[in-house]
Amino acid sequence: MSETPIRPLAGSASRGHAPWVRLVHWLIVVVVLTLAYSGVVILMAHPRLYWGWSGNDLTKPLIELPLGRNYRHSGWDAAIAFFDDPKGAVSQVRTYDIFNQNGWARSLHFLVAWLLVAALAIFGAASLFTGHLRRDLLPKGEELHAKAFWSYVRDHLVLRITPAKGGPPYGVLQKLAYLGVVFIALPVMVLTGLSMSPAVAAGWPWLPGLFGGTQSARTIHFVFLCLIALFLIVHVLMVFLSGFGRQMRAMSWGK
Amino acid sequence: MNMARNDLLLPRRALVGGIATLGGLALAGCSDELPPTYGNILRIGDDFTYRAQRMLLPRNALVRQFDHADITSMPAIGTTNPGNAKEPGFSTEFGEAYDRLRKDDFAGWRLEVAGLVARPGAYSLADLKALPARTQITRHTCEEGWSAIAEWTGAPLAALLSAAGMLPNARYVNFHAYDEVVDNIDLVDALHPQTILAYGMNGRDLPPGHGAPARVRVETQLGYKSIKFLRRIEVVEKFDDFGKKGNIQNGWSWYAGI
Repeated sequence: MSETPIRPLAGSASRGHAPWVRLVHWLIVVVVLTLAYSGVVILMAHPRLYWGWSGNDLTKPLIELPLGRNYRHSGWDAAIAFFDDPKGAVSQVRTYDIFNQNGWARSLHFLVAWLLVAALAIFGAASLFTGHLRRDLLPKGEELHAKAFWSYVRDHLVLRITPAKGGPPYGVLQKLAYLGVVFIALPVMVLTGLSMSPAVAAGWPWLPGLFGGTQSARTIHFVFLCLIALFLIVHVLMVFLSGFGRQMRAMSWGK
Repeated sequence: MNMARNDLLLPRRALVGGIATLGGLALAGCSDELPPTYGNILRIGDDFTYRAQRMLLPRNALVRQFDHADITSMPAIGTTNPGNAKEPGFSTEFGEAYDRLRKDDFAGWRLEVAGLVARPGAYSLADLKALPARTQITRHTCEEGWSAIAEWTGAPLAALLSAAGMLPNARYVNFHAYDEVVDNIDLVDALHPQTILAYGMNGRDLPPGHGAPARVRVETQLGYKSIKFLRRIEVVEKFDDFGKKGNIQNGWSWYAGI
């Protein structure tokens, strides 16, 4: 096996993070943490996920999340059939006083979601125009060659992490993770979030259609929350492993 | 002297006018008054979303209509019987009246139509049914996170407002219910073709739990805007947040098209 895995971080001096990168980074930190917090509060009002266009307590869920006191609550009156078929659709009066903090949580969620849209737009435009995207984020051809790539992955799996230089050039896994979060995961969150809006679904029905329905969009919204949380955990772990103080200084004050 | 002053002022006035025009463009369609925020940043965000959606979304686009086979079960939540003294929205004045009407199958029920209309009046269920009816199978989106698909039959609110002769200075439609709920929508939603006063659900009379004898269906907003147990409709020019009884002062977004 090769004893000289490619380590782009080793030995190359970093240019540090550009001021706009630092600004947008910390904006996204505040925004994503606030969205995650308010989002989980919203989810707690109805911790059940479905596939398709509709789903409620009286229909079969995809999964139920043991989240808060609304999980599998049993406060329901007897079912009344809507049609002659007793096995068909029913109405049931809810008698349980559910946990619901959606008044502030949803308004906070959307207020901050506007900031996320702004942050993504700034990052997208600036990374394109300054060359940050091409120079620092898109993997070079040789980085994606199987041998180099897997030896790089292996190094990470055994936590053989090169001390950080505080900024680009990034390793190939770093590049793919950042690209995935900024250009896939966060935009998917915005689009699945918009799909749940009744006014947006009226005006742009193709948007929830893209995700297989509004409840599917809600489920995908949750799956991507989990993926972003996973990224966050690994990202913070890597910051610690590669030199916490050095990395925090670089992302806050430049070099 | 005067002229000189005017000459000095004109460019500045033009500049101010220009900025105002730019601002107006950025927030297009917003000569309309916005709901009060009381300086609360969450309510400011709500108004921003309202403004942005009114600006970006096509206004009369129809929500998706489903097939009969798509109809699902539907929970009945919130007030499910305004005549029940144990329910939170109960008031002696309207709760007892509702109970009497219900016992008589709502034969004596009248929907009061008042405010900025040429012909204020009281509409019985038969009067509503005499208006052109619309039946639609649509998705009810509850703000809690669930949704249900049901068939709704009723009179388009636009048809009722037209029959009552809505006046040109009208801006909002206020709904008053037997469970003391009070809320309003703007004319974009009030005149939307799918905004109906529903008296039928899934081919039968609207059941008590879902707002008998009539509720409004605002298909372009969350379920909590589709006021149940209607008592009175009022067309107004000035936005009313209904103080302590309204959404805004209770910490909820007035606009729920979200």
